[in-house]
Amino acid sequence: MKFTEEHEWLKPEGELVTVGITKHAAEQLGDIVFVELPEAGRSVSKGEEVVVIESVKAASDILAPLDGEIVEVNSALADSPGLVNEDPMGAAWFFRMRPASMADLDGYMDEAAYNAMIG
Amino acid sequence: MTEAADAGLRRTPLHGLHLRLGARMVPFAGWEMPVQYGLGVLKEHLHTRAAAGLFDVSHMGQVILRPRSGRIADAAAALERLVPVDVLGLPEGRQRYALFTADSGGILDDLMVANRGDHLFVVVNAARAEADILHMRTHLSDACEVEPVSGRALLALQGPAAAAALASVAHGVDTMRFMDVGVFHVGDCELWVSRSGYTGEDGYEISVPADRAVGLAGVLLARPEVEAIGLGARDSLRLEAGLCLYGSDIDETTTPVEADLAWAIQKVRRAGGARAGGFPGAARILHELAEGAARRRVGLLPEGRAPMRGDTPLYAAEAGGEPVGRVTSGGFGPSVDRPIAMGYVPAALAAAGTRLWGEVRGRRLPVTVCDLPFRQPTYKR
Repeated sequence: MKFTEEHEWLKPEGELVTVGITKHAAEQLGDIVFVELPEAGRSVSKGEEVVVIESVKAASDILAPLDGEIVEVNSALADSPGLVNEDPMGAAWFFRMRPASMADLDGYMDEAAYNAMIG
Repeated sequence: MTEAADAGLRRTPLHGLHLRLGARMVPFAGWEMPVQYGLGVLKEHLHTRAAAGLFDVSHMGQVILRPRSGRIADAAAALERLVPVDVLGLPEGRQRYALFTADSGGILDDLMVANRGDHLFVVVNAARAEADILHMRTHLSDACEVEPVSGRALLALQGPAAAAALASVAHGVDTMRFMDVGVFHVGDCELWVSRSGYTGEDGYEISVPADRAVGLAGVLLARPEVEAIGLGARDSLRLEAGLCLYGSDIDETTTPVEADLAWAIQKVRRAGGARAGGFPGAARILHELAEGAARRRVGLLPEGRAPMRGDTPLYAAEAGGEPVGRVTSGGFGPSVDRPIAMGYVPAALAAAGTRLWGEVRGRRLPVTVCDLPFRQPTYKR
């Protein structure tokens, strides 16, 4: 599993990558009350806003970590945004994407580097 | 999280307690305040509605207006020069909501004023305290000593379990009615208690000597039904109750009538009343009381699940046109389990049921105008 400085986790599975936010990020955001997901099939560029999360306090964006295509979204989050607080590293994944190049994952942090970053 | 460590922020007597309780501290109106504790905003909100929440509101300004003549009526008459409120008619032991108005008819601050027998006791917003004290000194000094209260903290205990919890410490507070004020002695410690608050719940605000504040908070928090609640939940609680936040929903550009606060202006200060007018902005405010204001603060229910925050522009149509108003407070209401908001709209669009659109992230989402509050208060009248 890889991690971005934006507190996303990226889990490669075959030619797809599943994306969510870390436990640390979920704790910092507080109680999530709304998640807006992209449509499956959308082509995205790295750095593009693809998900909006609203906590009781504020709205935050999730950025596409890689160039590629969104192939599946976790529609359970629309009805149960609180899942992001309950199980951010598991059931509350946001989307699966097919990256233009799996090699682009290599630039991201491993778990030890991420843990060091958040201190 | 480190921003609160910046120099220059004031700390309340409960600062150390907040840190021990694991609060996340943030800058607020020049103070370092707890925005949430371990429970988090959502659970803190729901806990307050289900049991009791303890809030540190020591950042708010406590001020005594002591009549130079010794007659409370002289202080009340003087304060009436600055507020469109019946202060002379406020009986001893009672408190009332009031507004400092500007010559423009706008609102300089909202406040609570209590008649404590030989003086008036006012509580003003933290961000406005300095300006309010100067304002009162400028206009009231002929009749009153304006004495900012130092050395006292202010706690709020709110929720259905608040009365029993506070009565276990201060015997008799449970017989007070909504907006009663009284002095209660706990040992040698003098508490100034009002049965009021800003959450839409039954509860109390308690002025306590600074060196006793941590002790009182500790005794209350030791009870299983009482949890410490931060500013985050305070904001969602007051929003559900339809209560204004100064600086967001009301300010110098909004009049009391526009803000739907005409209920705070008693008949005696209105046209035809025995003490009609005589406050800053009276010409405009009395005119709006008679004729209505061009715009009004209303409740707004976003149709979807997306919260609509402050400053969201409001449109009369799904496409095209200029904004007709804007959201002044908005977010998620945990007890009503949906997004809720308040904002200003033209009078013609202020009827409950009117459909408008709020622009969120470039898209216009439907909202319906509704009556306030979103949740009926549970005050003990």
